[in-house]
Amino acid sequence: MNLADVQKLLAARVLAGEEGLGREAGTVCGSDLMSDVLAFTMPGTLLLTGLTHPQVVRTAQILDLVAVVFVRGKQPGPETVEMAAQQGLPLLSTELPMYEACGLLYSKGLPGCQQARGQAAQVA
Amino acid sequence: MSDDDAELELALRFPILGGAFLMAGRASVLIKRALEEAGVEAGLVRRAALCAYEAEMNVVIYARSGSLSVEVNRRQVRIVAQDRGPGIADVDLAFTPGYSTASAKVRELGFGAGMGLPNIRTHADQVAVETVPGQGTRLVISFERTSKRDDSS
Repeated sequence: MNLADVQKLLAARVLAGEEGLGREAGTVCGSDLMSDVLAFTMPGTLLLTGLTHPQVVRTAQILDLVAVVFVRGKQPGPETVEMAAQQGLPLLSTELPMYEACGLLYSKGLPGCQQARGQAAQVA
Repeated sequence: MSDDDAELELALRFPILGGAFLMAGRASVLIKRALEEAGVEAGLVRRAALCAYEAEMNVVIYARSGSLSVEVNRRQVRIVAQDRGPGIADVDLAFTPGYSTASAKVRELGFGAGMGLPNIRTHADQVAVETVPGQGTRLVISFERTSKRDDSS
């Protein structure tokens, strides 16, 4: 699913990186623990989180995440938005809480990282 | 490097300031970019960047100051995080998933969940720790450029 479709599905606002909305999200991770995001995500993953500090953008940059969606209407500060804009990393904000946002994406067929890894292992 | 006769293709070192959360991760991003430019395999770049970032966060979270460096030769990538800080009282315990001594402030940032060192061990090919309580820690993280795990990422 591309990010423009994610934006529509979650009725999200775009805070940064609008030019990147054509990119594809292959997998999704929902977490407020950067440690877990670091441990379990794959490249091209869309991150849903309630954390808004610049460390989220840094984590996305290290892991080649495709975009970040802030849930339950969270607004990041200017440092976070500016850092994402510099990198061309799309930042979205939805009023939906974490569970509903994840559920909507999952119901449209977007897999979690664990699941996608399992599928890749089966093909190999 | 363990492989001293192999010529260095890249060597970089960055200072890290303890408690500087807004800057935290910058050195790791620069290391990641340099590894990409040096033509290191994509899967290995990701593993190395991830370990560098966890190590850098540890210096920012726990130490007064330190440095993060990277060295690359044709066989290995090596990341070294060195700091002046409290040291690690019990290294085995520190590598236990879920064990952490991080403050509430650090946990609010989504770190300090006791996953940093275990995560480094999972993604690296070799990890060595030298630590002196009250003085500091030196973490050496090595990756083999021929590792089978980087064949597809």
